[in-house]
Amino acid sequence: MKPEDYSRRQIELSGWPISIESYKLGDVYHCTIYNVEPGARFARADGSTKAEAERAALEKATRYLQQTRRFPISS
Amino acid sequence: MTEVLVSTDWVAQHAGDANVRVVEVDVDTTAYDQGHVPGAAGWNWTTELCDTLVRDIVPRQKLEVLLGKAGIDNNTTIILYGDNNNWFAAWAFWQLKIYGHQDVRIMNGGRKKWIAETRELSTEKPSFPVKTYTAKAADNSLRAFLPEVQQAVASKSHALVDVRSPQEFTGEILAPPGLPETCQRGGHIPGAKSIPWAKACNEDGTFKSVDELTSLYSAQGITGEKPVIAYCRIGERSSHTWFVLKYLLGFKDVQNYDGSWTEWGNLVGAAVEKP
Repeated sequence: MKPEDYSRRQIELSGWPISIESYKLGDVYHCTIYNVEPGARFARADGSTKAEAERAALEKATRYLQQTRRFPISS
Repeated sequence: MTEVLVSTDWVAQHAGDANVRVVEVDVDTTAYDQGHVPGAAGWNWTTELCDTLVRDIVPRQKLEVLLGKAGIDNNTTIILYGDNNNWFAAWAFWQLKIYGHQDVRIMNGGRKKWIAETRELSTEKPSFPVKTYTAKAADNSLRAFLPEVQQAVASKSHALVDVRSPQEFTGEILAPPGLPETCQRGGHIPGAKSIPWAKACNEDGTFKSVDELTSLYSAQGITGEKPVIAYCRIGERSSHTWFVLKYLLGFKDVQNYDGSWTEWGNLVGAAVEKP
């Protein structure tokens, strides 16, 4: 099988830049969310449509990102 | 030096060769199930490429079994690739070199490039004829342990390269956004230079040219004249930089500090520099 309908785009989510990668393999859409810096995938979901897979992955990503704390950088 | 990078084209043509075994190693251990290079084995870094009791790299005998079950013997050409521009493919490469495997290579661009090129994917788990693999004794010269890093900081004998993101380096965040915090303090090891791993890659996930890489590291004084220790949070991003410095730039003495920030940033009394 070859992946179809491949896309990758950047948005901001909960104050963090992220990349959304999606593709269809067989009957399933796979969506993966990456942080832009450092570029790690941290949430993913599958769905029967691209919108469904992305919505579910973004929900998880939002939950995880809200747990990321920022600290003052002075010592 | 053995050629250590292969292209996606090369893999498409040679993945089925008798002496070649393609292996996917991902940060997200479910990625393999979402489709992989046809015929590729999949290794789970959290259970198969480490000691699951003690915090350590994979024990020698466990690696021998893992390789044998993947149909790999000492003469197999192993092609590694994975997500996040090959973070854990580099982690596996580093461990295979520690245990002396001769011919191991990385697919340039990793999973990202393979999928972006809409190449064939399979969801079937292949089975392989079991082979016998004999690993060499661990070559720990490729690895830095805490006492060596402490000594290196005190004596300024090594160049320290922090390959995490700038926000992790300054201590603004304790872990990459969206990932769990695994340390008590933020900041970096005193004297370390910040050269994020991703600067070594192009947008498509492939490695930059040798000239570009030389400029990147030499701009921060990393020239290979001094021994180098690379670190990140848990040692996988720094194995990516270790690979670049040792195998693409040919530096003689490069070590990966796999204890990394989850060790240093949790040590009671350890010196921390901010920003």
